Amino acid sequence: MIAEAGLIALWLAASMAFLQFALCTIGLVKGQDEFFAAIRPVAIAQGVLVALSFLLLVWLFVRSDMSVKLVVANSVAIKPLIYKISGAWGNHEGSMLLWVAIMGLAGACIGIFERNLKTKTLVTTLGAQAFISIGFYAYLLIASNPFERIFPVPADGQGLNPLLQDIGLALHPPTLYIGYVGLSIAFSFAVGAMITRDVGPEFAKAMRPWVLGAWVFLTLGITAGSYWAYYELGWGGWWFWDPVENASLMPWLAATALLHSVTVLATRDGLRAWTLMLAVVAFSMSMIGTFLVRSGVLTSVHAFAVDPERGSFILALLAIYIGGAMALFALRVGTVKEGSQFEPVSREGALVANNLLLSAILGIVFIGTLYPLVVEGFSDEMISVGPPYFNLATGPLALILVAIMAAGPLLRWRRDQAKALLNRISIPVFLTAAALFALVIFTTSMSVLPLIGLALAAGIAVASFAPLWKRNLRRTPMHVYGMVLAHFGVAVALVGMASETSFTEEKLVAATPGDEIMVNDWKIKFQAIEPVAGPNWTALEARVTAQYEDEAIHEIAPQNRMFASAQMQTSEAALLTRWNGQLYVVLGDSDEQGRWQLRIWWKPFVTLIWYGGVLIALGGLLAMVGRLRRAVRQKQQRAYAEAMI
Amino acid sequence: MKAKHQRLALAVLALVALVGAGLLAAFALQDQANYFYTPSDIVEKQPEVGQAIRLGGMVQKGSIQRADDGVTVTFTVHDGASFQPATYTGITPDLFVEGSGVVADGKLTADGLFVADTLLAKHDENYIPRELEGIDMTGNMTRTDTLVE
Amino acid sequence: MNRWLLWIPLVLFSLFFAIVAGGLMRPKDNIIESKMIGKPIPEFALPAAIEQRPALTTTDLATGKPQLLNIFASWCVPCIAEAPQLLALEQAGVSINGIASRDTPEDIANFLNRWGNPYVRIGTDVRSAVQLELGSSGVPETFVIDGNGVIVHQHIGDIRKEDVPELLEILEKAG
Repeated sequence: MIAEAGLIALWLAASMAFLQFALCTIGLVKGQDEFFAAIRPVAIAQGVLVALSFLLLVWLFVRSDMSVKLVVANSVAIKPLIYKISGAWGNHEGSMLLWVAIMGLAGACIGIFERNLKTKTLVTTLGAQAFISIGFYAYLLIASNPFERIFPVPADGQGLNPLLQDIGLALHPPTLYIGYVGLSIAFSFAVGAMITRDVGPEFAKAMRPWVLGAWVFLTLGITAGSYWAYYELGWGGWWFWDPVENASLMPWLAATALLHSVTVLATRDGLRAWTLMLAVVAFSMSMIGTFLVRSGVLTSVHAFAVDPERGSFILALLAIYIGGAMALFALRVGTVKEGSQFEPVSREGALVANNLLLSAILGIVFIGTLYPLVVEGFSDEMISVGPPYFNLATGPLALILVAIMAAGPLLRWRRDQAKALLNRISIPVFLTAAALFALVIFTTSMSVLPLIGLALAAGIAVASFAPLWKRNLRRTPMHVYGMVLAHFGVAVALVGMASETSFTEEKLVAATPGDEIMVNDWKIKFQAIEPVAGPNWTALEARVTAQYEDEAIHEIAPQNRMFASAQMQTSEAALLTRWNGQLYVVLGDSDEQGRWQLRIWWKPFVTLIWYGGVLIALGGLLAMVGRLRRAVRQKQQRAYAEAMI
Repeated sequence: MKAKHQRLALAVLALVALVGAGLLAAFALQDQANYFYTPSDIVEKQPEVGQAIRLGGMVQKGSIQRADDGVTVTFTVHDGASFQPATYTGITPDLFVEGSGVVADGKLTADGLFVADTLLAKHDENYIPRELEGIDMTGNMTRTDTLVE
Repeated sequence: MNRWLLWIPLVLFSLFFAIVAGGLMRPKDNIIESKMIGKPIPEFALPAAIEQRPALTTTDLATGKPQLLNIFASWCVPCIAEAPQLLALEQAGVSINGIASRDTPEDIANFLNRWGNPYVRIGTDVRSAVQLELGSSGVPETFVIDGNGVIVHQHIGDIRKEDVPELLEILEKAG
């Protein structure tokens, strides 16, 4: 009965969403406030119901209820609890349900916590949110019901792809989804504001925590995804520019731009239209990215896994929401009053440059991701667009962007002098020049992008702390620390990327047990090869010892795993982390004469890439908490002042 | 600057950024996109030496030979009509076996040898590749890169 | 000037929509048919996949009577989806030959125990070599073979309920 209860909860939630949308529309048309009063409880009810529905699905997976089709296809009775739970969203239907559940909960949160926004804008926002949810409810209930039963009931389930039995992969989709859905709130805010024409600092302040929160989750999701690909795939790379990765990068780029432009709107009441557009684009990118990956239009090989009906359904939803929002933008934004002015050399100017560069990078990634589809559509040629394109086209822009990032926070709002800026930034500029000089002299054959990247990173690392210069550190608001931390994180990640790209040393050898291999300052000894077995796999394991200079000897064991159920072989890389880098060892095939292929990398400072990502997310979190605390405090002060009168 | 002018200036700037991105993308795509070739395509279209291409076909039976260094393999890719000799240095993916499909990124040398720097062999739970037909294969791939000098 | 600039995002989105809608419509035609249609099936001899069913060789497929040749695998989800349809075809008196692609005997046996065994013969194609020779590139796929061992039809993907009558018709024509 649990499955039926889940389905009923889903239907009820869908009707609540419909009610929420209806209340908003009728209220707006008739201009009657009594409709508005009901919208908060309805939004909360919708959130509770859809969350309940999702929890019931998780419960079905935990109980391994094999009478439910989805459980059969994606689970087996014997597997660790955590993978049973994650099995609930490790599939199409479940992940869509998770998506609407997060959306419903976010709507409920607005209903409970948002008190500063004008009633009309709030109601329109909740109405827009409900309108988006309705589409996804319809999709779930009509085209992909997660609670469908199967008859006759099979004895056991089909299991889960062994590659997916990984804690990182279990948590990765929910993290990204929270980010995507957070952007849906920004989207709803923008739609609401376009309808009511109420765009201004108050609106920006209400939207900002959602953007920041979404951005933090996206940053974490991308960082974790990158590390997962790095250690799990055994290819030694940390970013492959494949469509799945780009699908998460594009919303992040848009969200980063939005995050900065919303600050201009909140602080200086500028960039109104632009911020609205970015809010629309950010969520559009989330939906488009998810659609491209899930529908299989980009990987036509998947044509069978995907029902064309489902693909068309989602595409229709995209057309309604994105097309609708953009049409609304075109019709309405002309009538939104323009905000205040600024000079080109100013904080606003730097933020505009940041936004333009981020948008350009976004455009390049978008074009590169879709280009194969275009070419296949207009000719019979097949092409693939890979790292060379993306690195060449986005690299230079990204470097200009981070240079502006160093200077921007040192500029005054509204108007500033270029000379004054040069004064303030002289130390970082000097550092960058010195680093560039040193790198050119002391290193050989570094390619241009990493060279400039590394030099810039030196300057930025210092410049990111400059906003704290001569400030009372105890009275500095938390969000400033957040910005400093996030910008510093960018410098840290940049060092990692440039260093990995330029200084990685790699050796590929065919070794017999007993052989010794030198890679950089590592002495690596191939001791033996032995078969080992795990719960559902067997493996060949290489026993390898590694010693850095004269330090202690470490044992590592790269494996080649063979999964019994899926006839699939995976390579388990062995990693050895030091403060200054990682040793990465992969075991290859035997040449059938007693030699084994070993691929060994020494990657100096590679871990900084992910530490940087975590710092960036942490900075975002600090900024969000700081902003929220400040909002609460201001409200208390206002209440206090009113009470005094 | 008047309000109206600033808004227009910003809109134009945004447009310039977008067009700029488009042009940059178009420029980069011209050089950096990998076109997909089967051995027959190579005979027919004669891609330039050194141009990055993606070769797809089946590994000819009995053609895989490992060099003495233990890490280099040479093999022949065929599509039923034409043959293309290829070489690769690195750890080969599990699915790289004689008689099965292969997709490789790399370049042609002047003497007509294809030097692969990446081998791709797709494994998908629901579907295995249609290399011969030249479907672009992104996503879920096992792949190995070659040594970068 | 300012006015029409505002429509640019919508225009760009429409462009995207057109491209993707085109891409979404295409996969159907993108499914590439085997070049083997109209040709006799290639020579092969596959060992038996499970003990209960005999092995499969080329000569088994030229018996004077049209047959189905179904390529499946225990690890393939659409193969489960089409299992009832294969059983229905078997009920209708069609003789179905199976090729198990990249599979192990235990897994095949488990799969058939759970989802039913409609096959008269099953060959095991561990490296999917025969499958590729047949011009099939994925699982599941089903070939209709006439009495002389010539491939007359290829069905790519799982057999849905609505496909069953069509397959029966083709089988009848081939006979």
